[in-house]
Amino acid sequence: MPDEFHASKPIYLQVVDRIYFSIVRGEIKHGEKLPSVRDMAVQMGVNPNTIQRTYTEMERDGMVETKRGQGTYVKNDPAVVVELRNKIKTGIVEEFVESMNEIGLTNDEMLEGLQQFFSKREGEV
Amino acid sequence: MTVELRNVSKKYGSLAALTDVSITFEPGKIYGLIGENGSGKSTTLKLIAGLVKPDSGEVMVMQESVTRRIAKSVSYMTELDFFYPMYTVDEMLHYYESQFADFNADKAAKMLEMMKLDRTKRIQALSKGYRGRLRLVLALARETPVVLLDEPFSGLDQMVREAIVKSLLSFIDYEHQIVILTTHEIDEVETLLDEVAIIKNGSIIAKEPVEVIHATQGKSIIEWMKSILRTGA
Repeated sequence: MPDEFHASKPIYLQVVDRIYFSIVRGEIKHGEKLPSVRDMAVQMGVNPNTIQRTYTEMERDGMVETKRGQGTYVKNDPAVVVELRNKIKTGIVEEFVESMNEIGLTNDEMLEGLQQFFSKREGEV
Repeated sequence: MTVELRNVSKKYGSLAALTDVSITFEPGKIYGLIGENGSGKSTTLKLIAGLVKPDSGEVMVMQESVTRRIAKSVSYMTELDFFYPMYTVDEMLHYYESQFADFNADKAAKMLEMMKLDRTKRIQALSKGYRGRLRLVLALARETPVVLLDEPFSGLDQMVREAIVKSLLSFIDYEHQIVILTTHEIDEVETLLDEVAIIKNGSIIAKEPVEVIHATQGKSIIEWMKSILRTGA
C-alpha cells in the first residue's frame, strides 16, 4: 500500500484529507481545476472509483464543483480556504485532546502544558 | 455484461482445483483473487480465458458460454514466461498485433515509453522486471471487455510493482473493463482494488468491497484475510 495510507479509515476520505490539506497550504488555489479522476488516481496510486467518491464527497462538502464536460474545480471563493483551515484545526485539536484524556490529563493541565511548550520554544529561538 | 462462474467444479486428475464455485464480476471494477499457492486462483482465470473447461457448471463471459474462442473478449496475462525469447520487443508487439484485431498499437507505444522499454532489445536480454512490464503492455494494449492478470507482481521488486500499479491505473478503461488479477503481494493492491475475494482449497470463502473492509472493520486486506482464515469461514 502506498506508504501514507492506512486501513483504519476509508481511502477515499484519506484522499479528501490530502486534497484539503493542499488547499489550505496554498498548493492548490481556490478556483483551480483539479486533475481528472484518472490523473489523480495515477498520481495517488489509488483506484479511480475511489477517487470518484473523493470528488463526490468534496462536492457534498461544498468545497468543489463539477462543471459539465470541463472537470472538477475548487470553489472560486477564498472562504473555502478559511473553512477548510478551521475544519483541519478542529480535527487536530480533537485528536490532541483525546490523546491527552487517554493519559488522564485535565483541561487545565493541557492548557498549562501548551503554555509551557510555547514559552520553552520561544526561549530557544 | 458480466463474467460469471455458476457452480463450477474442476479437477486435474483426482485433484480438485475448484469445487462448486459461483462468483460474478461486474464491469468497471478491479478485482483481486487472493489465497495460497494451489488454492485455485490461476485455475479460475484459466476457466474465464477458456483455456481449461469446467467438469461441471458454467462459465459465462458477456452472456456467452466460454469456449476457447472467448479470447476475442478476454485479454489474459499468464504468469509464465515468453514463448519466443528470441523475439525483440518490437517483434513481439507485431506478433500480438497480427493475432488480435483489438490490439491498439498506439496505446502499446505509449506504455512502452512510460515503462522505458527498449523496442530493439531481445526478450531474452531483458531483466525479469522488464519482462514483467512487457507482459503487462501486451495484456493492456488489447481493448477487450475483460482483462485477466495472473500474478502481475510476482517476483518483481518494489519499484517495478509500483510502476505496474501506475500503468494499470493509466491504461485500463476503468469505467467499462472488468479487471481480475491474482496476487500474493497484497500490500500492493490495497488501494488498487474495488473488491477482493479469498480462495481456499478451491472454494471462494469470502468476497467484499475493499472499502467495506476498511470502513466497517477498520482492517487492511491482510488483517481481514487472516481473521477469515482463522475463523475457518
